[in-house]
Amino acid sequence: MFSHSYHLMVRIKLVSRLPPVNDHAGEGNILTAIRPAVEAKGVTRIFRGTGQDSVRALDNVSVAIRENEFFTLLGPSGCGKTTLLRLIAGFDYPTDGEIQLYGQDIAPLPPFKRPVNTVFQSYALFPHMTVAENIGFGLKMLGKPKAEIEARVDAMLKLVHMQELKNRRTSQISGGQQQRVALARALAPQPKVLLLDEPLSALDYKLRKEMQIELKRLQHETGITFIFVTHDQEEALTMSDRIAVMSAGNILQVGTPWDVYDHPAERFVADFIGETNFLTGMVESAGNGQARIALRSGAKICATAAAGFRAGGNATLMVRPEHAKLVKGRGDLTGTIETIVYFGTDTHIHVRLDEGDVFMVRQQNSRSASCGFENGDKVGISIGDDAAQVLKD
Amino acid sequence: MATAREVAEKAERDDIRSRWLLSTPALLIVFLAALGPLLIVVVYSFLTPGNYGDVKWQFSTDPWVSVLFERDVFDDTLSFATAYLSIFWRSVSLSLATTLLTLILGFPTAYFIATRPDHRRDIWLFLITIPFWTNLLIRTFAMQQVLRNDGIVNSVLQLLGITDHPVQLMYTNFAVLAGMVYVFLPLMVLPLYASMEKIDFRLVEAGYDLYATRFQVLRRIIIPLVTPGIVAGSILVFIPSLGAYVTPRVLGGGTNLMIGNLIELQFGQGRNWPLGAALSITLMAIVMMALLFYVRNTTRSDGAHG
Repeated sequence: MFSHSYHLMVRIKLVSRLPPVNDHAGEGNILTAIRPAVEAKGVTRIFRGTGQDSVRALDNVSVAIRENEFFTLLGPSGCGKTTLLRLIAGFDYPTDGEIQLYGQDIAPLPPFKRPVNTVFQSYALFPHMTVAENIGFGLKMLGKPKAEIEARVDAMLKLVHMQELKNRRTSQISGGQQQRVALARALAPQPKVLLLDEPLSALDYKLRKEMQIELKRLQHETGITFIFVTHDQEEALTMSDRIAVMSAGNILQVGTPWDVYDHPAERFVADFIGETNFLTGMVESAGNGQARIALRSGAKICATAAAGFRAGGNATLMVRPEHAKLVKGRGDLTGTIETIVYFGTDTHIHVRLDEGDVFMVRQQNSRSASCGFENGDKVGISIGDDAAQVLKD
Repeated sequence: MATAREVAEKAERDDIRSRWLLSTPALLIVFLAALGPLLIVVVYSFLTPGNYGDVKWQFSTDPWVSVLFERDVFDDTLSFATAYLSIFWRSVSLSLATTLLTLILGFPTAYFIATRPDHRRDIWLFLITIPFWTNLLIRTFAMQQVLRNDGIVNSVLQLLGITDHPVQLMYTNFAVLAGMVYVFLPLMVLPLYASMEKIDFRLVEAGYDLYATRFQVLRRIIIPLVTPGIVAGSILVFIPSLGAYVTPRVLGGGTNLMIGNLIELQFGQGRNWPLGAALSITLMAIVMMALLFYVRNTTRSDGAHG
């Protein structure tokens, strides 16, 4: 037992002493084929409260994160995404299961023995140190020679465009600059994996957009695996290579942004990501990834469907607002326009269906004409063959 | 007609006058309670002792001379006297030791309290302050019961067979030190706790994340951040222990005097008020120097980072 864990520590040390990331980018592809950068295997974390109440923050979660990937854990607050991140960082230990880094179980290791660094939500910059001292802290703790630390700190400052503020105190720089310092500090020791815990949530809208692009650039330039935690679905869609959608301690779906947006695995995912209209109906026929659904209005719609739907069963359909079209006269659905909301790039039109539900249609705006509809208009909604999907509840 | 300028000037004069009027009560208290008595002590230290205590209004530098020198009874020659100096030295070294020990004991205590969940901290702080509710004299006598030849410490030592006869603990420097550490520990814990409570413990996590071991986190993150608390606690412990009177009197007996006891002796049995006054001012000077030294050193090390 002891010799096993000792062996493990040696291995991890070796991993952390590997040459700069670029040097092994070539063999990285082979590694990816064999094993992922980070893999959670059946991870459960139960927080025991006082008495009987305990919270199952993570429930038998398994996920594999590839090398050089921008991977996002997305979900509402309390879904367990931060808990999973803290388990990978080593601030917390799983109740059950393994966390592997390049095939080695790191779950029992303290954070300072893991070649993994974190960008904290609050940045957690050391207030008694300068910008440069903050960035060099990790290297100093690793016992690197002074000259190497200085060179690396300068390179990091350059990477995040902060050279002029090198000797400032962290209290003397703006929120956006603190964010850059936190990034540089976490990247300086060249971790195998960078963990980011909602790092953009404290920034204002414009700065957040800027930092999103900046983060993508940094990830591309450093080639480090990024694991990014956020509750902001838009942020997740624009930045990630792959997204894991989480809810109540479980991972519901892992996929590319396109996968989770256009082919959500279940209703929660469709609802959480983007705006969605849900319709109920009955399956008339199913097979070959397609299903024909009879809606309550009587209209019949073709929709994509996963295996497992049988004719005669109830079904929930989802239609994205931008995939439906408003028509004058009869469509697949009919209703009355309730509100028209102008958003600059597009217009959201809320239609009260004859069956009683509200259905939203998103229409691209043009410069010369209005949307063509008025409040109170009787309209039809046409749903194309490729617009709807049958969902598991 | 007054010009605008004259009106402005008058307003400013009124403003200054009302500021003086408003601060008069504070200035009065500062003078009556602090500067006035101090001035009296300074004046007394240059007078001649009366026969039955009190002073004779006759200028003399003798009190100051006798702080350091001894006048021979027969030929009036002065010789360097180490008696008072050694008492000063004992006071300073015992106070430094007290400060250091309370810091060593108080630091983990404060850290423990600061890392408890919010609702439990109050209970721990309450427990720390309980001794304050008891009279100092009673607490000191309680300590005496612990250190006596047939007290708890000696009973336990003999029960465990470590010694077969009581170890003399009372009336030693050790007893004085133990008593002072016991009495002053809360004064160290409270300011330490106050500055530790303000630490964002995510900084500690950030330290671990950046490969700092537990010891390095303590040295490079926690200690620099609680330095204000360490300074405040040290001052709060060092200064009163330098002037401690009850503890060395009860636990140190007649042989382990500290400055406080020496001064008391001059105003009481010694009937030498001027010498007592001179010794008091010397004590104050030592405290002031210690404070200046401390403040300068801590601000310098603080500035080195910026």
